[in-house]
Amino acid sequence: MSAAATVALVDESQDAHRLAAEARDRVRFEEDALALADQVYRVARHIANSREDAEELVQETYVRAFRSWASFQPGTNLRAWLLRILTNLNIDRGRRQQRAPQMQALEANDYYLYDKLADDGDGVPDTDRVVERLSQDDIVTALAEVPHDFRDAIVLVDIGDFSYADAAQILDIPVGTVMSRLHRGRRILKGALAETAIEEAAGT
Amino acid sequence: MSSYTDPCAHCEEMMQPYLDHILTEEERVAAESHLDECEQCRRRYRFEESLRVYVRQATAEQMSPALREKLSALRIPLN
Repeated sequence: MSAAATVALVDESQDAHRLAAEARDRVRFEEDALALADQVYRVARHIANSREDAEELVQETYVRAFRSWASFQPGTNLRAWLLRILTNLNIDRGRRQQRAPQMQALEANDYYLYDKLADDGDGVPDTDRVVERLSQDDIVTALAEVPHDFRDAIVLVDIGDFSYADAAQILDIPVGTVMSRLHRGRRILKGALAETAIEEAAGT
Repeated sequence: MSSYTDPCAHCEEMMQPYLDHILTEEERVAAESHLDECEQCRRRYRFEESLRVYVRQATAEQMSPALREKLSALRIPLN
């Protein structure tokens, strides 16, 4: 065999090795990404305005993730990487309009909701019971009323368990902005919950 | 802290950062010393903690098996 032919054979076998290694990496990436789908959906469900939007958004996210898997840095936070894709898609597709013309969400003080709920009871309220005056639906509805910028921060940190730093990276905003949106967002959420509770107490 | 005349109003301001564990040591000690003597604020802090847990539970929604299948089908086949 000529020297040139030997070099060609060696090249070919190195190519085959490289391709096999790449295929292995890709399969592992896809499996890791799919294993996180439940957690991605849980966040998507409340970033999007409806279940249908959330499902579509998650699918588009995975299409893009599988296509650009090679740009993921192994060893970094894959869940945050997926959510970064998802929040960008959500903004790009113009899906961030509020579901209904936004009434000005009331930003309550931090104690407002507790004081409202505790007021309705008789005698000294048991803290654990007070929270049960809100239904699961109340929470989901009130959360959907929180304007997007604030809601995204709540959903990522309080529901998705992301650190401030991860949320900042996902939303591409400074950590300080995440913190202030989170704090204001939680107050808006409590304001919305208080309104719901008052309406229900009034029987409307 | 001297700017706060109402200790409960100050405690309210400290609640979120306290529960997020981002207060300085000094601020944390000050918040806890008020909480030690104020039953009302203690209840309100406890409520906030339960509310956070409850929000997490109330918003946890499983994705549908159909969506799970669709996502698996999006995998790029090996040649």
